[in-house]
Amino acid sequence: MDQAIERTEMGTRAADAGDTPLLRLDDVCKTFRRTPVLDGVTLDIARGDRIALVGSNGAGKTSLIRCLLGEYTCEGTVTVDGLAPRRHRRRVLERIGFVPQLPPPLGMPVAELVRFATGVSGGDGARVAEVASRLGLDLAAVRRQSFVKLSGGQKQKLLIAIALGRDCDILVMDEPAANLDPQARHIFFALLAEVQDRATMLISSHRLDEVALLVNRVVELDRGQVVLDDHVEDAVELAGTLRCRVRAVRADDAFARALGQWGFTGSGAGLIWDGVVAGPDRLRFLAMLSRYAGLLAGLSLEDDGPKGGPAR
Amino acid sequence: MGSLWLTARLDMAESIRTRWFAVYAFVFGGVVVLLLASGLTDSRVMGFAGLTRLLIVYIQICMAVLPVFVLITTVRSVAGDREAGVFEYLLSLPVPLAAWYWGKMLGRFLVVFAPVFLAMAAAAAWAAARGHEVPWEAFAVSTALLICLAWCFLGIGMAISAVARSPDVATGAAFVVWLVLLLFVDLILLGLMIREHLPPELVVGLALANPLQVFRTASMVLFDPQLMMMGPAAFVILDAFGRTGILIYGLLYPVAVGSLCAALGFAAFRRGDLP
Repeated sequence: MDQAIERTEMGTRAADAGDTPLLRLDDVCKTFRRTPVLDGVTLDIARGDRIALVGSNGAGKTSLIRCLLGEYTCEGTVTVDGLAPRRHRRRVLERIGFVPQLPPPLGMPVAELVRFATGVSGGDGARVAEVASRLGLDLAAVRRQSFVKLSGGQKQKLLIAIALGRDCDILVMDEPAANLDPQARHIFFALLAEVQDRATMLISSHRLDEVALLVNRVVELDRGQVVLDDHVEDAVELAGTLRCRVRAVRADDAFARALGQWGFTGSGAGLIWDGVVAGPDRLRFLAMLSRYAGLLAGLSLEDDGPKGGPAR
Repeated sequence: MGSLWLTARLDMAESIRTRWFAVYAFVFGGVVVLLLASGLTDSRVMGFAGLTRLLIVYIQICMAVLPVFVLITTVRSVAGDREAGVFEYLLSLPVPLAAWYWGKMLGRFLVVFAPVFLAMAAAAAWAAARGHEVPWEAFAVSTALLICLAWCFLGIGMAISAVARSPDVATGAAFVVWLVLLLFVDLILLGLMIREHLPPELVVGLALANPLQVFRTASMVLFDPQLMMMGPAAFVILDAFGRTGILIYGLLYPVAVGSLCAALGFAAFRRGDLP
């Protein structure tokens, strides 16, 4: 791409429409020990945008998110609905639900974390518990448990529940579904579908295929610069599912285990497997299947329409 | 106020589960049990008897243990959380930075002071139950002096923690601060300076500037101001200030130092990158 910035009209779309962008980064620079991690990033994000923020490790994704959250000081201008996140910290962060890539190593009980998070953001513990329950995490059962001792998936579910269990109109998520099993991923996509009409989303990932079907716009960072800002076909229902049948040339234990993790059930002596795949998860599912390409005799994927329930 | 108290609770919940707190509580509880078990309340040494003698010994032990314990554990507070990646998440929540910083300090203060006070209170209750006379005035003033000492070193610890970029640097700096203050306690460097005929104003000024020395002088004055126990600089201060003056200074000065350091730490914390 020889560092040329490939832009569509997305970045200026909001301004052209006479609408102030919800999030605006203007010539944002951030340097650590003379090494620039953000180098003149300019980005306008309109209401309703669902953005995949992609790039390799060290591209500047996390730094950009931290500038947006007001956690980093930086050169240039960052505004959220016209407000500087650092100066108007509370008003800005009340509107942002954040899910980090790495859960914080907190030793406190789960109940204490939920009490703090809902207390400072004016949220409701019952709503957090409800979202957690939908994701498959029983908060009542783990409330006395130390957060750090939860499994990776449980931590991720709790952080997602805290972010989605309150009324925020901006979701910033760093690899949010990385630790979730396929069933929980499907519920997560359904939860995103429920808020997509009122929430602007910024989903960070180092792999586009992980998040491509969740978003309507892709921003790629490389060495602190925006190198791609493009529209994505927005035809996939976030809550949609695909009925899937996989036929194998022979039975294989590893293959059966992999499909079992996706909730598939086998028949015909392990040669036929049926299941449901969440719509936005199809690339991930195909990537899993590609590891067993030699075993595949046939594959069918059929649109099952939007569903709120878990994939089976 | 809500965010401040929520943060304080959060820090307490986090601290109470740590190993340092278990050791810390064990040290102070253990010291009192040891003093009681060794029959200190029944002995009479240098005119002190009953709980008064226990209080004197306990306060001297607190002076040795409390500052270094508070410093070493507190300096890891901000710097440690930053390095562990706790800030990235918790400071993405809409908690004001002032509420976060001062709430952490308040929570830490309660966690630090509770074992010290509970140990003292347990000793007083035990002495009262055994029919010993409890010196309530000395008990109350000692408690106030310990509160001020704890606040002072908590403030210094928070300042170091906010400025240092890593827990290791913060721990090293805290240890140096503690060592310097310890060196300038009356019986060590100040005694030497007097012997070397340095101007008394300088010696007394240094003694008055050192919160450890101020605490030591005030706690000694509380019981029995004698040159042999107090040291030369403290005796000069007593001569100039009087008993009440020293006690008031001993209460106010450490609080002022702690608050000033904590405020400087907050300014540094608020100005820089958070995670």
